[in-house]
Amino acid sequence: MPRELILKGRLWILMENENLFSDIDTDMIYHNAHLAVTEIDEMGQYAFGNLEGYKDFADKAQPSDIILAGDNFGSGSSRQHAVDCFKALGVQAVIARSFGAIYKRNAINSGFPIIELPGLPDNLFNQHDQAELNLESGTLSAGDNRYQGNLMSEVARDIYLAGGLFQYAERM
Amino acid sequence: MGKALIEKIMSSHGGEDCRAGDVVWIDIDNRTARDFAGASVVGNLEKYGGDSPIAERSKTFFTFDCNVPANTIPYANNQQRIRIFARKNDLKVYDVDAGIGSHVVIEEKFAKPGTTTVGTDSHLNIMGSVGAFGQGMGDVDIAYAFKTGKVWFEVPESVKVTLDGMPAAGTEAKDIALAMLRRFSSHELLGKSVEIYGKWVEDASLEDCVTLSSLATEMGAIIALIPPNDNVLDFFGITRNEAVYADPDTVYLEDYSLDIEGLEPQIAAPPSPANVFPVSEKTDVKVDGVFIGSCTNGTYQDLRYAAELLRGRTVAPGVMLKVVPATRKTWAMLLDEGLLKDIFDAGGIVSNAGCGGCASGQIGMTGEGEVQISTSNRNFKGKQGRGNTYLAGIGTAVASAVLGRIASVHELKEVR
Repeated sequence: MPRELILKGRLWILMENENLFSDIDTDMIYHNAHLAVTEIDEMGQYAFGNLEGYKDFADKAQPSDIILAGDNFGSGSSRQHAVDCFKALGVQAVIARSFGAIYKRNAINSGFPIIELPGLPDNLFNQHDQAELNLESGTLSAGDNRYQGNLMSEVARDIYLAGGLFQYAERM
Repeated sequence: MGKALIEKIMSSHGGEDCRAGDVVWIDIDNRTARDFAGASVVGNLEKYGGDSPIAERSKTFFTFDCNVPANTIPYANNQQRIRIFARKNDLKVYDVDAGIGSHVVIEEKFAKPGTTTVGTDSHLNIMGSVGAFGQGMGDVDIAYAFKTGKVWFEVPESVKVTLDGMPAAGTEAKDIALAMLRRFSSHELLGKSVEIYGKWVEDASLEDCVTLSSLATEMGAIIALIPPNDNVLDFFGITRNEAVYADPDTVYLEDYSLDIEGLEPQIAAPPSPANVFPVSEKTDVKVDGVFIGSCTNGTYQDLRYAAELLRGRTVAPGVMLKVVPATRKTWAMLLDEGLLKDIFDAGGIVSNAGCGGCASGQIGMTGEGEVQISTSNRNFKGKQGRGNTYLAGIGTAVASAVLGRIASVHELKEVR
């Protein structure tokens, strides 16, 4: 898989009422009923299967979509499924105001890009905007709107470019 | 400037002279995986592990606690896949009888103060209870730790929380943890290493420390470290000099104090562990079921207390009381001392040791509209089934089972 630093795709903005959806925990992303699944390809169908308002996400998602959420995305359990289910659907990246600590490293280690946009206003971007996410500069832009987020850490960037933790380690 | 506890532990484990913000490769003393995600760890090692997938056998093991014994074919398959891999690589498996892995690691004294442990359990930071580092991670990370003995880590910032005063009689470690969640919610401590001080933690039992540290995950913290007190040192048979403490001149990112003087029992209402109220404000809620157990409140101390409260009392008609000891050792002690009979005679159901319902296990799922009081740690929507789960300590759980509605342990004293 080529490791691009500029990703282009359709935004999937997760909203709860008028706000960016915060505290989406791993049971909402990938419910514990399906934890025994070990094949990544089988995980996509369960993505957001327990997230109010987005239970049909797996049917509607398109490859190259980019997910946008509020604070503390992926809090809760250590399950890798909560990252892998998006990979299975071809989702390119997850962007959030902040991430749960374990989720963050699970995404990094499996080479799945995530970007933090602290303080992102709730309505700066519009649902299904065609957006550009620049992993190098940490910016998200769509049309005239643009928001500067945190830079990826060096180790996160290197693991991403290598394609995952094991591939990264081979190059060390 | 002095070093915080996490900086000292990481510095002593290959992180050299590290500080918050540094990315370091740290040596892991205990490398574990559960039946949940363990099969994926095996899958990663089969794919990337090469001829030598295990760095050090004596430090590497599996702990089955999630779905024990397996009640679904996929879980049975995953467990068997792990057993076969373990046999081939000469690794120990704490199998379906052993109980919760994070508790086994402490019980076996592998996770001594100052050590490092990783595994596929988001509550492995429970090691903070003994002043040790523990961290739940996904299967890629853990496979890498199995193969190399190391993981990378960005040293977190440290904050200090001092608990001022002493809580009211009948208030437990869980109530203090819930009071912290009420104060800090799930955001304020996000990504931080939290050190907890104050008179209460200086006197706390090991089991109380376990309960308090276990809710660090719900606070969003990396870990809640409790400097080892005499009870913890005695358990490991070590002295203060053999444990690790923060330097006295450490400057913390934040220095919080939380007043717990006279604190009364607390309860977290759905849909989040941070949605906390005094129990006395929720006593009109009728209860269908009560779950006692989990890595948060499943120790011998917890279950002995439950049994003592239940002795001579009975569970209200129509209420299910489900009890799951954390480990096989806990089970044995309850059995030897006749405490299981107290629970049984009161109308309780006692299951085998393990995690219970927390991660799609057998015990503690709820149906639409069902109200469950649980001593575990998460009540997010849908987590424990379709019902409404409230989180509370042992006293509140037992009182609610006996009275058939949410009740504090103080109300129980009037009931025989």
